[in-house]
Amino acid sequence: MPTSPLFSPRHFPLQNDFLPQKGAYRLLPFRFISLDAQQYVLTNFVGEYCVVERENLQALVAKTLRPGSAAYSAFKSRHFFFEEGETSALHLLATKYRTKQAPLVEFTSLHMIVPTLRCNTSCIYCQASHKGAAAASCDMTEATADRAIEFMFSSPSSHLKLEFQGGEPLLNFDMVRYIVEYTRRREAELGRNVSIVICSNLALISEPILQFCEKNNVHFSTSLDGPLDLHNHNRPSVEFDSYERASAGIVRVREALGIRAISALMTTTQASLLRPKEIVDEYVGQGFTSIFLRPINPYGFASKAGALTHYSVNEWMEFYKTALDYIIDLNMRGIRFREEYAALLLRRMLSPYGTGYVDLQSPAGIGISGILFNHDGNVYASDESRMLGEMGDSHFRLGNLLHDSYEDMMLSDVLVETLRDTMTEGVPGCSDCGFQPYCGSDPVRHYRLQGDVVGFKPTSEFCQRHLALFRHLIGILESGSPAADILKGWIY
Amino acid sequence: MKLADRTTTKWNGESFVVRVTTDASRPSPLRAREALLVKDRAVPCPPGFKVYLLPDSTSLESSPDAHVVALPPSLAYVGDGDILTVRPKTGDLRVMYRKASRHNSVMVTPACNNFCVMCAQPPQRANDEVFRLLWDAIPLMDIDTQELILSGGEPTLLGRRLVQLIHRLKSFLPSTSLHVLSNGRQLKFLPFTQDIADARHPDLVFGIPLYSDLSYEHDFLVQAHGAFDETVHGILNAARCGLRVELRIVVTKINFVWLPRLSRFIARNLPFVCNVAFMGLEPIGFAKGNLQDVWIDPADYGAQLGEAIQELKWHRIPASIYNHQLCTLSTDLWGAARQSISDWKNIFLPQCHDCAVRHRCCGFFASGMEVHSRTITPIPSCE
Repeated sequence: MPTSPLFSPRHFPLQNDFLPQKGAYRLLPFRFISLDAQQYVLTNFVGEYCVVERENLQALVAKTLRPGSAAYSAFKSRHFFFEEGETSALHLLATKYRTKQAPLVEFTSLHMIVPTLRCNTSCIYCQASHKGAAAASCDMTEATADRAIEFMFSSPSSHLKLEFQGGEPLLNFDMVRYIVEYTRRREAELGRNVSIVICSNLALISEPILQFCEKNNVHFSTSLDGPLDLHNHNRPSVEFDSYERASAGIVRVREALGIRAISALMTTTQASLLRPKEIVDEYVGQGFTSIFLRPINPYGFASKAGALTHYSVNEWMEFYKTALDYIIDLNMRGIRFREEYAALLLRRMLSPYGTGYVDLQSPAGIGISGILFNHDGNVYASDESRMLGEMGDSHFRLGNLLHDSYEDMMLSDVLVETLRDTMTEGVPGCSDCGFQPYCGSDPVRHYRLQGDVVGFKPTSEFCQRHLALFRHLIGILESGSPAADILKGWIY
Repeated sequence: MKLADRTTTKWNGESFVVRVTTDASRPSPLRAREALLVKDRAVPCPPGFKVYLLPDSTSLESSPDAHVVALPPSLAYVGDGDILTVRPKTGDLRVMYRKASRHNSVMVTPACNNFCVMCAQPPQRANDEVFRLLWDAIPLMDIDTQELILSGGEPTLLGRRLVQLIHRLKSFLPSTSLHVLSNGRQLKFLPFTQDIADARHPDLVFGIPLYSDLSYEHDFLVQAHGAFDETVHGILNAARCGLRVELRIVVTKINFVWLPRLSRFIARNLPFVCNVAFMGLEPIGFAKGNLQDVWIDPADYGAQLGEAIQELKWHRIPASIYNHQLCTLSTDLWGAARQSISDWKNIFLPQCHDCAVRHRCCGFFASGMEVHSRTITPIPSCE
């Protein structure tokens, strides 16, 4: 630092004159967790983190850090403490906390609607417990649909999203059309803004459907599990080649509605575990710029078909890391491609903004981030709640569109009590976890697997998986390697 | 290009502003606030102008109302629509505003509550005349003026008068962008900030410097204890009141190493700013006196500047680079570089003559002729 005569005390006080006294600070709330054998991750309640050796963690608390040292600077910059007389730190923290929690004010954005439970594929992990394509009793009625749409417009969200789930929505396209037209009409009347997506296997896509979707600004989301044999192994159909139909459908949707009008989801089965690169290549080859590597859900057929679908958190993480490494490698070679779950977690770690992803909220996102209207009018707090319902456990059923009011359902005991119990800030095992600001609650999964919405974290695979994911991502970010820069490019 | 000089003509009277015109047949009501630039001495001067500017020194006599002023050759470039301040007691003439320029910057007060080690315009004692002359000049400015920069000193030290000034600018120059260069410390007073916002100026940006993410480093650079805290409060208040904020960061030998973490801090704490500008040092004022301690060759901080800009890019925060010659920047930063040096103090070096990107380059501060990067080299054309 400058020490020349020009900075003589007479004219310009020296930098050291501005340094605070050692230990003249007040600690702000933070949590910590081990990253590896030597290092700890410290996080504050607005989600900023520092990775330090144990001695610096101790020095922070003991207030023996040397002012001006790298560790002192890092902690101060991220508001792990504030110095005497400084009030801007508290104001910045307040602003950051408000910013992070802003999605709560938005309330329910995602509204899933099941126009039919009928389906024409028999996926080995099916979460919706499909019925055969002929079972007409699984179709939604217009009266139910009307109520569902009005329910959606009761939400104050400025970005309403209507998502058709199944079954296979295109098997009841008349109802899809009815709902879309009704929604667009009400949207204009009410001056609202709704984005509409159909989740479909695309087997029944046709010219009239595409024209309707173009006219009404409807997008598609489809499932693509990997190369032909893997996709067809996971998603067989007795009527057609499921891979061929999906691939052709993707091309047709892109040509008719534009490249942004289609996204794809993959589900990882045991058969997928050994083929991470092939799966990524399949997505690259089909022209996608991202992939969402999803572990299997313990619902629906997935729970019955245990042998076909079951794997451990470690097996999953090996698969995930290999795929992520490969994706990073692709980026370094000039192919822009991202993994969406990593991008979501990175956004939670590195950006000042909150995210609306239903399964990673505190309190849980059920009901207040996303909600589902089943074909029979039953309203479930999430898609997973509906699957549980189809399996005979209607614990998370909030009511029925034909009998209950919006207020009754949104204030139902099951929803309010679950939300109360799922604030990770106060949940045992979460409240003192260093990754709490990045994580969230999945009460339906914990209820299903552990019989309790809070869950027991030491044996929770949700907890184990997320601990591993956070450690892995922070490990890359802190490595200082070019891979860290690739990940930072995914934040927005 | 000089903006100020001294004329031989003096008389006893208060300072005033006049708008220059070359049109001897201007409508009479306009003449009282105008200076006629007399081109042809042979033609008799029409009556009514406040000042008659003559390109060379003469012994013409002034009447009590109309003054004949010898225009120094250094200011001979003034033309229609430009505004001059005249200080009769000393003969000081200053070009306050040039109609043809896109870089009109006016000082609203010379006083400042920071004392930055690299200040290009060291603060002086408060001087009400500066404000009064600007106040009078506003109605004389061209209504199509694109942008006006209010600088200092520290404009917010004017308090209520700054609010009145912004109202006045909105009234007389409704389509002119207004950029207030302020350290933001006074904006910590929320009612004051709210008053500024309540002026509802259609295009107002506060350009505020933030030199570090750490208070003791920022306070050192601006030589004021507690400045960081007040500036941050000010920026938050500005955002809260809906005022747009650009962060302006002069890069010096002292703070260049802080830039990457400063960017991280901005992205995390102040993501609402409309731009972050990294500015090359203008080697005058304190910067000249402290040159060996504050100046650093841009070639020696390219890595830190690149990292700082990349960090902002990841967070979708607009960033730009001012006052840097393109040949001192790696080509991936050229997109952020702006031609930012005011035209009147902007020059090029002889070797720039052959440069293929000179037309995109900001050039040099005229004051910085001797102080420039060792990497100045003409960029060959791509052909």
